[in-house]
Amino acid sequence: MNDFLAILLQTLLLLALSPLISGCIRNWKAKLQNRRGPRIWQPYFDLVKFLRKDMVISEHASWIFRAMPYVLFTSTLLAGLMMPLVNVSAPLSLFGGVLAFVGLLALGRFFLALGGLDPASAFGGMGSSREMTIAAIAEPALMLAIFTVAITAGSTNLSQMLLAAQGPTGRLLNPAHVLAFAALFIVLLAETGRLPVDNPATHLELTMIHEAMLLEYSGRYLALIEWSASVKQLVLMALLVNIFFPIGIATDVGAAALGLGLLWFIAKLLVLAGAVVLVETSNAKLRLFRVPDLLSAAFILAALALLSTFLFQ
Amino acid sequence: MELPAPTLLLQIALCVYGVGTVASLLALRHERIANLVGFGCATLAGLFGIGAGVTALIFGPGDDGGAFALWPPLVPYLQLTVKLDPLSAFFVIIVSFLALAVSVYSFGYVRGFYGRKSVGVLAAFFNTLLLATTLVFTASNAFFFLICWEIMALTAYCLVSFEHEKSETRSAGVIFFIMSHIGTGCLILGFLLLFQAAGGQSPSGYSFDTFRTIGATMSPGRRDAAFLLFLFGFGIKAGIVPLHVWLPEAHPVAPSNVSAFLSGVLIKTGIYGLTRVLFDFMGTPPNWWGVTILTIGTISAVLGVLYALMEHDLKRLLAYHSIENIGIILMGLGAGLMFLHTHHPMLAALALIAGLYHTINHAIFKALLFLGAGAILHSTHTRDMEKMGGLIKRMPKTAFFFLIGAVAISALPPLNGFVSEWLTYQSLLQGFGTTDSLVRLMFPLSGAMLALTGALAAACFVKAFGITFLAQPRSEQAAQAHEASPTMLLGMGLLTAACVFLGLFPTLFLTLLAPLTQQLLGQPLPAYLIQADGWVLGSAKEMGGTVSTLGIALMGICLLPIPLVLWLFFGWRTKVRIGPTWDCGLRGLTPQMEYTATGFSKPIRMIFKALFRPRREVQREYDYSPYFAKTLHFESHIEEAFVTRLYRPLNRTILGLSRRMRALQAGSIQAYLIYIFITLLLLLLFAL
Repeated sequence: MNDFLAILLQTLLLLALSPLISGCIRNWKAKLQNRRGPRIWQPYFDLVKFLRKDMVISEHASWIFRAMPYVLFTSTLLAGLMMPLVNVSAPLSLFGGVLAFVGLLALGRFFLALGGLDPASAFGGMGSSREMTIAAIAEPALMLAIFTVAITAGSTNLSQMLLAAQGPTGRLLNPAHVLAFAALFIVLLAETGRLPVDNPATHLELTMIHEAMLLEYSGRYLALIEWSASVKQLVLMALLVNIFFPIGIATDVGAAALGLGLLWFIAKLLVLAGAVVLVETSNAKLRLFRVPDLLSAAFILAALALLSTFLFQ
Repeated sequence: MELPAPTLLLQIALCVYGVGTVASLLALRHERIANLVGFGCATLAGLFGIGAGVTALIFGPGDDGGAFALWPPLVPYLQLTVKLDPLSAFFVIIVSFLALAVSVYSFGYVRGFYGRKSVGVLAAFFNTLLLATTLVFTASNAFFFLICWEIMALTAYCLVSFEHEKSETRSAGVIFFIMSHIGTGCLILGFLLLFQAAGGQSPSGYSFDTFRTIGATMSPGRRDAAFLLFLFGFGIKAGIVPLHVWLPEAHPVAPSNVSAFLSGVLIKTGIYGLTRVLFDFMGTPPNWWGVTILTIGTISAVLGVLYALMEHDLKRLLAYHSIENIGIILMGLGAGLMFLHTHHPMLAALALIAGLYHTINHAIFKALLFLGAGAILHSTHTRDMEKMGGLIKRMPKTAFFFLIGAVAISALPPLNGFVSEWLTYQSLLQGFGTTDSLVRLMFPLSGAMLALTGALAAACFVKAFGITFLAQPRSEQAAQAHEASPTMLLGMGLLTAACVFLGLFPTLFLTLLAPLTQQLLGQPLPAYLIQADGWVLGSAKEMGGTVSTLGIALMGICLLPIPLVLWLFFGWRTKVRIGPTWDCGLRGLTPQMEYTATGFSKPIRMIFKALFRPRREVQREYDYSPYFAKTLHFESHIEEAFVTRLYRPLNRTILGLSRRMRALQAGSIQAYLIYIFITLLLLLLFAL
């Protein structure tokens, strides 16, 4: 019963909180650029609007096109259920740790890219090709950074990794973790389609990546995809803030502890969102073929993190 | 009810393969009968083989220890002895299951050869190949092993060059033939080293039982030499980089059912050989063996998938992926050897299981993908992906099976590829704590390369599936494609079911492997491998991490109502309209405007430019303005660095040397007599 409740609550939290983070990022970015910007609640209104709209589906599309939003939505939520957000133990931590987490995100991406190719438009193919390429070169950096943390924790279980990070040794200032955090931050920018890798604000430009795959989607399918994208952003940010700054996370299931944990969690997310906003505003988009340089920098940071684990352990 | 002994089942399977060979040769003139009898026998024998393997693993090999002789010894050294121990049983399951699925598929597939090629010959060679491969996995002395190995290589050569009227096929066959024999040469030398260490006197010196006791006591120099010879010999068969050049040539040109078997099982004989020799014979290995194999595995995995991405020939793409997956398997085996060196038998068991589980997984999904490619080839008569497209509407079932294979090979949860790569990751991660030397950095770095491989494989299969099956057909043949025949679908369906089963219920299958780790490492399955009554797969440590693919799948189904609720709440009044794809205001999209396979992999080609060194030629003809070309000719070409830098120069050197040698072979009898005379003199001097 408790497990069921935990799953239900975390699902609701993922769905409810993720648009807010997207909204905050959008709003703050506008503020920094001297614009008024949309309200921070705008993503919620967008989702409802999309859900109420009719859909137009391409005549060339097959069942893959229709199945994709569901696969993406479920796999992203599943990945989110494996991540400890407010409480130390994630609801599905027995079903998979960080490897399954990465795998589930990859499953969603696989189908997203197929959905981009399905309607026979060149835009979609271009987006799919770029998305898979960037994911492929981001993956080793992501994994190596995660490995560095997992080796210290001796486990790939996210809750275990969190507990190990919470330990008394004061790992916050550990050079390995600082470097791994830097690597993961770059990967976060790439994986969530943020500047300088991809511009989330463009539609119909030849530079777009994520949006290019979604061009043919509309109505409730688009709502599901957009929602998955924000959930993915939320869980990746949670990976960073909870593994590297495990402050204030609830260790028992009392209402007070959970409430406090939630407040801490939101506060940490907002700080990280602020960092993303700063990076996005102060950087121009990189040319596609300069992105590998950025990501190999992330890989080198992760490798250095590993090396310092080796040296200082 | 008493179960039949596994050895009896194996004997029946071997006999039925033999009958299949003879019968299809007898029915040469009646292709329908040859098809029915030849592949019918192979199907039946496959069933018996599965029975033999599974009963041997569950109930033990029986009273005789699984050993028997096929025939009484004819000459002193040639003993046709066979032994079905757990390692052999595991590989017999692989070969038999693929024999079953591929043979069922072949009933429909070989109809395409009616009136063109001799189906009887194909079926006969196919049965012989299955027979020889099963014997390779079970032979219990080196002499017999090498004989079966050679029969296997020769029949495989005949099958590769089955469509020998194409020059491409002939040259691929020759490369396969030469490489394969260089490998066999190394194996012979390797076994001779072991034989010599065993005293080199009695025929029993060739038996695997003797090697088992002798391998650990050899002098280090000889052991290292034997290791290198076996690595080279088995490595050629397995297709490790840089010995892989034959593989992408030979596998695509064979008939697709044969390709499935070649990529699924035949290259696994190399893995079997390495496991047998390194884990069974050689005792505690020095550290550099494991390091070498892990390095080779990592390089093969990354380069294999990178070259696969550059292909737009569907079958060549799949062949390159075999190199990648062999690399992943070797990562497991290499890590296992390193753990053996540092005396961590539990971790060694985990790594070995990871490698072997990936072996069976790769056999299944690669066969599935090759059969899918065969179905496409059968109906569109092309292997070129740029001419395909839209096939999901014309071949929906094939498309579904291919999609399952693609998800499995991309190591995505919840299918089987994910499970075995998860185990590999776990063993690599646990490896970091086993030693203090700098070598331990290799584990996480290989893990990162495995991550790169997985992500690139996913990119490659988005391309393979997306370009082949989705969007609009790019050619007339693709537009007129038709669904595969029922038996072909059944064959693919069997493999699909196996992918799902091995993905969702890994613990059921892994319990089967307990006798295997017991035999090779003297170690039962790692204690925390199977948790929660088999619902959850764990690692070698108590808190090392867990995964449950079944749980993920069930939970995914439980989450599906959420979109439904959203629809009920907000969108039940919405309508769905079918419209044209947005075309930027042009008058309709044509297939020419779609993204191509070459275009899809262009970013990767640019990023890894230094490795691929693509050569491109663009020719434009202009009329008036340089902005409007009248004709445009584009050619892009990639040649593997190994071929241009290593094999071509080697080839040239050998040819040059032979040309010089020609002076000796002048054709005059007098000169030859003098050579003989000089040789005799030298021999006499040497003898004195």
